[in-house]
Amino acid sequence: MRKGLLFGLAALAASASLPLAGPAVAAEEGPALPKLEWSFDGPFGTYDRQSLQRGLQVYREVCSSCHGLKYVAFRNLADLGYSEDEIKAFAAEYTVTDGPDDDGEMFERPGAASDYFPAPFPNEKAAAAANSGAVPPDLSLMAKARAGGADHIHGILTGYEDLVPDAVLQSIFEHETMKNEEKYEADLAEYNDKLEAYNDKVEAGEQARRPLEPVQPQPIESIEDLGLAEVSNFNAYFPGYGIAMAQPLYEDGVAYADGTPATIDQMAADVSHFLMWAAEPKLEDRKGAGIKVLIFLVVFTGVLYAAKRKVWKDVH
Amino acid sequence: MSGFQTNSRVIKWIEYRMPVFSFLNHSIGAGYPAPKNLSYMWNFGSLAGFTLVIMIVTGILLAMQYTAHVDYAFDSVERIMRDVNFGWLLRYIHMNGASFFFIVVYIHMFRGLYYGSYKAPRELLWILGVVILLLMMMTAFMGYVLPWGQMSFWGAKVITNLFSAVPIFGEGIVTWLWGGFTVDNPTLNRFYALHYLMPFVIVAVVVLHIWALHQFGSNNPLGIDPKGPQDKIPFHPYYTAKDSFGMGVFLIVFAAVIFYLPNYMGHPDNYIPADPLATPAHIVPEWYFLPFYAILRAIPDKLLGVIAMFGSIAVLFVLPWLDRSPVKSGRFRPIFRIFFVLLAIDVVVLGFVGANPPEGAWLITGQIATFWYFLHFLVVLPLLGVFERPKPLPTSISEPVLKGGGSLAGAPAKPMEKA
Repeated sequence: MRKGLLFGLAALAASASLPLAGPAVAAEEGPALPKLEWSFDGPFGTYDRQSLQRGLQVYREVCSSCHGLKYVAFRNLADLGYSEDEIKAFAAEYTVTDGPDDDGEMFERPGAASDYFPAPFPNEKAAAAANSGAVPPDLSLMAKARAGGADHIHGILTGYEDLVPDAVLQSIFEHETMKNEEKYEADLAEYNDKLEAYNDKVEAGEQARRPLEPVQPQPIESIEDLGLAEVSNFNAYFPGYGIAMAQPLYEDGVAYADGTPATIDQMAADVSHFLMWAAEPKLEDRKGAGIKVLIFLVVFTGVLYAAKRKVWKDVH
Repeated sequence: MSGFQTNSRVIKWIEYRMPVFSFLNHSIGAGYPAPKNLSYMWNFGSLAGFTLVIMIVTGILLAMQYTAHVDYAFDSVERIMRDVNFGWLLRYIHMNGASFFFIVVYIHMFRGLYYGSYKAPRELLWILGVVILLLMMMTAFMGYVLPWGQMSFWGAKVITNLFSAVPIFGEGIVTWLWGGFTVDNPTLNRFYALHYLMPFVIVAVVVLHIWALHQFGSNNPLGIDPKGPQDKIPFHPYYTAKDSFGMGVFLIVFAAVIFYLPNYMGHPDNYIPADPLATPAHIVPEWYFLPFYAILRAIPDKLLGVIAMFGSIAVLFVLPWLDRSPVKSGRFRPIFRIFFVLLAIDVVVLGFVGANPPEGAWLITGQIATFWYFLHFLVVLPLLGVFERPKPLPTSISEPVLKGGGSLAGAPAKPMEKA
């Protein structure tokens, strides 16, 4: 007899457990992001120190010329497995503006461990001016600020025209062609209704404006047909397919210190891994504590259940 | 004194001057008799109080590190996440705690809806509960603005803009709410002040809610009044033990989300700092507001949409007078039960509609679901009170099985709740 209530509550619970934000995020639907296996996935996930270090190298040698990392301090690089001396040496390679000194002048000094990664541009206007109007976003939180997280970053870095498989391109063309056709059908139906109203008015001798007939769309067969803005580059995984950033990674663009071959996919995966760490540096602490907390709670709840059973055994 | 006894001289000394111990004993102790057949559905009231305490404690600790200024709010939250000792834990507890608070309260409310807990003589108890819900919604809404991410900013803008639908005074009200001509630093400051204040207002209304509860005690799954001492057991140790176990189960689920899916119920856009010049593609409120958001957008007219949204909660205030059936528990109301399930489904459907853009099939679904929501409260419930033929009620909680007289064949009341 309680089925009704239980069912209703189950439905409520289901509503809470479904990714409600999903459909809204997926509104700019494109091809599905390729899902990589990340070492930080899952309840026991940890960061791969080697990959983080390689990712830092990619960030420093490629991304950092345009993208900031303002929430990450050099001291945080200890998480990547660097020693204090290594971090000090690393920080000293950067020049930081400090001050004002006792004479009221700003001055430059080598970076210290307590400094944050310096911004690539002095201000947003400078960033926009140097990048044909598009401000390169700060990357500190990128892995949490986009649906898909690290997969999204990896997807963007490998989503350029020459890098994506033909099948993905074809699926985009088909999808966009279908969308255009659907829109055309809807426009045509609206046009026919308007035309009818127009004809009625003309017959009645009223003033009316002839509606414009929609143009039948051409099937999309190439990237040119997508009609991206002049300054945009095609990217299969960017909303709307047009991204201001030119393809940043090229084969062997970075000479990895550990000798790992610097393929585009490798560099993309490493820098995505690194940016996941930058966005969620406490992930290992969190997952490590989680398992202890859960074990404690399960045992403790078991004790509470036993206590409850004992207290209630004479009630009937 | 409800038979409060002690041998401790200290307690006796205090008790003589201020009877706080007998008060506690009477409130949540052995001196508070509760129906003996309360199911686990009755855990969610104390669970809601527990969640409120978690939110206040974590909130106060976060407030010590947070900066309510448009230039520093986002940075200060990131500092909490990165540099404050266990700041990430505090913030994830507080952020997900809001969601869990709503989950608990929504279950608590649907339990009340099913078992008729709002009916005489518990109307005020129910109304105070709806007041708490409204206060919670305001608190949660203003709290979501504080991290000053994209959804914070645009959510604040969209929701405060709703007041512009008020005829004549609309624009003035919105400017007054914002403290300026757009959502800006004054808005953030006042939201922070109110977000800190409101939980304590909630605590005050919770006290009233519990006060009203103690006048007649809890309703129960059978919806009939306890007939005597054999139908009751003391709150302590029976329900303190049962509630503690429920709390343990709750904490397991809560911890699993905090430690393994902390951003699952959030929106990625809120990790982008607020930018008044860049509107997100889709502005979506937090999941617990989605059904109400769907009702708002189901109606093409702005003012009517706002009225419908507030009406969807206002209707709960008059619920005790809309449902005229003398039988409380849905167990003995065969037709009501079907409609109850339909309502639950309807609210879930509204939630999904609220998460999607109001176009095409989503818009129509939203309109049907909105219509059904109001139809349920304004038409179905009043009519059921007249036309529904309830099943025979058990004579008492201790003897729920009817002996003869049950005209409806095969309708024995359910045996008592398993312990």
